[in-house]
Amino acid sequence: MLRILFAVVRRDLLLAWRRRADVFTTLAFFVIVASLFPLGVGPEANLLRTMAPGVLWVSALLATLLSVTRLFAADYADGTLEQMLLSTEPLTLIVLGKVMAYWLVTGLPLVVLAPLLGVQFDLPQGAIGVLSLSLALGTPALSLLGGIGAALTLGLRGGGVLLALLILPLYVPVLIFGAGAVGADAAGLGAGAHLLLLGACFLSALAVSPLATAAALRIAME
Amino acid sequence: MGPLPHSMLEVDQLACLRGDALLFRGLSFCLAGGGLLHVAGRNGAGKTSLLRLLCGLMLPEEGEIRWHGKSIRAQREEYHGALLFLGHANAVKDEFSALENLRVACALAGRAVSEAQALAALDAIGLAHRVELDARHLSQGQRRRVALARLLLAETVPLWILDEPFTALDVPAVGLLARTIEAHLARGGAVIYTTHQDVPIASKSVQRIDVGEFAPC
Amino acid sequence: MTAPAKALAEKLPESRGGINWFKYASPQTFYPLAGKLIPLFGWPALALALVGLYLSFFVAPTDATQGESYRIIFIHVPAAWMSMIIYLAMAFWCAVGLIFNTRLSFMMSQALAPTGAMWTFIALWTGALWGKPTWGAWWVWDARLTSELILLFLYLGYMALVAAIDDPRRADRAGAVVALVGAINVPIIYFSVKWWNTLHQGASVSVTSAPKMASIMLAGMLVMALAAWAYSVAVVLVRVRALMLERERNTDWVAQLVESSR
Repeated sequence: MLRILFAVVRRDLLLAWRRRADVFTTLAFFVIVASLFPLGVGPEANLLRTMAPGVLWVSALLATLLSVTRLFAADYADGTLEQMLLSTEPLTLIVLGKVMAYWLVTGLPLVVLAPLLGVQFDLPQGAIGVLSLSLALGTPALSLLGGIGAALTLGLRGGGVLLALLILPLYVPVLIFGAGAVGADAAGLGAGAHLLLLGACFLSALAVSPLATAAALRIAME
Repeated sequence: MGPLPHSMLEVDQLACLRGDALLFRGLSFCLAGGGLLHVAGRNGAGKTSLLRLLCGLMLPEEGEIRWHGKSIRAQREEYHGALLFLGHANAVKDEFSALENLRVACALAGRAVSEAQALAALDAIGLAHRVELDARHLSQGQRRRVALARLLLAETVPLWILDEPFTALDVPAVGLLARTIEAHLARGGAVIYTTHQDVPIASKSVQRIDVGEFAPC
Repeated sequence: MTAPAKALAEKLPESRGGINWFKYASPQTFYPLAGKLIPLFGWPALALALVGLYLSFFVAPTDATQGESYRIIFIHVPAAWMSMIIYLAMAFWCAVGLIFNTRLSFMMSQALAPTGAMWTFIALWTGALWGKPTWGAWWVWDARLTSELILLFLYLGYMALVAAIDDPRRADRAGAVVALVGAINVPIIYFSVKWWNTLHQGASVSVTSAPKMASIMLAGMLVMALAAWAYSVAVVLVRVRALMLERERNTDWVAQLVESSR
């Protein structure tokens, strides 16, 4: 069981390593979107500090949305996905492995880079820690939910826009609890409750979305 | 592989709907160990659709497919264990070498192989001097050979379903593939394939189905 | 065909001899039934709406605190109810379709979606109209309004996905996955938005703090809600009939239908 999971994670990480330019595009997108906000609303420090959690979270969400379209696209185009569906191993595990590898190459860099952007927005030190923690809990949920959308829109015209329409509503709770955790900490309320709820979101996404994604892949390949 | 029971695969009154059009209906056949089935038909008749139905990738509009007497839908993972499918697409990654491609493909199918086994298979298919090269530098025929190398590692898999396996291959490779299929049939395996080329394959039991004959008028 | 569907199929009379007849017979028998039901819901919808509008605009008294503008809730509240009930009904039909592999259920959910989206839009619009005199702003990020907005996005996503897929079977089943995942998410979204709203409590007035309603107001609202129900059923039946004809246009029964109506 675990062997196939690791085999898939290893394969996808190796593929990502050989196409590493893709990883940097996502990361650059995240930084650029976050840097555009101060240009749009003005350099007023207090305003930026209040906005920072929301801005960074929305940027992370858009970065995920942009890159998740690629999750199954290459395997779909070259026939590997067909072979995955015909594997003797459970498709849900293969999907989970792919999402794990995807998060490691797109989600984790966001978590690592976010504190730097937090400093740019002059967030207090404690809030920066909470920001990293909330992203570390929240971005896996974003990747998992994004996988459902990516599987459903596989090979469709205008798949990218459709994907946004399908999964952005599902991202609402993650956004609220994630950005809320940072905001609550900055306001001195304590981020514990938010982080617990964010963790609950992650766990329920972990339970539901590999199954839904596998079902969606079988439907898409018909 | 032990002795195989008389009929491995039974296909009963299959109908296939693609989009709005009924491609074929009432298609039935039985395939026993050692049996070879050549699926014929003009372009667009539904050959690939039939193979995808047989793999369980698509649901039939009507009818049933049974593996050892039991519907394939009721035993998906067991059936996939007994099945090897080579589609139009090679499932070969540009970023991987021939060796990596073969080992990854086998691992994904749930039949991991050692490096030595994979090297031996690539050697047998005529890619010995290309194993470390990224697949992006391989020719179309060489990429097809990488995909076909999986057959050499699947001797114990009873049912092979091959969609246009001879496309893009040169004469020696076509001969090699034909011998590989013959060896599999001699072992008691079964092979279903489509082709537009006239390749002689020696077998005790050969069937031919023209999908076009089952098209609804 | 799954076992329960097959069992059901064997009980139904008049086999056409083919194996396929259950799937076709289902819309075939439902089509005339739906045709008979439409007037049974359509006319009551009209009558109830007239009575409800009369009650709410001429009989119900002016509200002490909100004046005349409160009257918009006679449309707003039924619309909001319908928007949520229809999403649940959609998800229900999708689940039935996935489990029993019946096409009619997918058609039902596709027929429900535009009506549900319409009610959601009406709820949002009337909410905005009510918000202007009451809160002083067209749009307030109130928990209910925000949830309703996200519900509208869920409807739009479902309809866009179904429309984007050419193969009807893939469209049916992919749409069903979206509707079911959305239905699981609706309570989570509502809860999270509520939580978000209470933490960022601004100057908004809670809708629930309205003083207890006069019974005539309640009666008006209930009549309007019934009218909305009847209207939705009638419209969905009309739409599902159209979908059935479109999807089954190559079958014998549709051909006979066309023949007999000539």
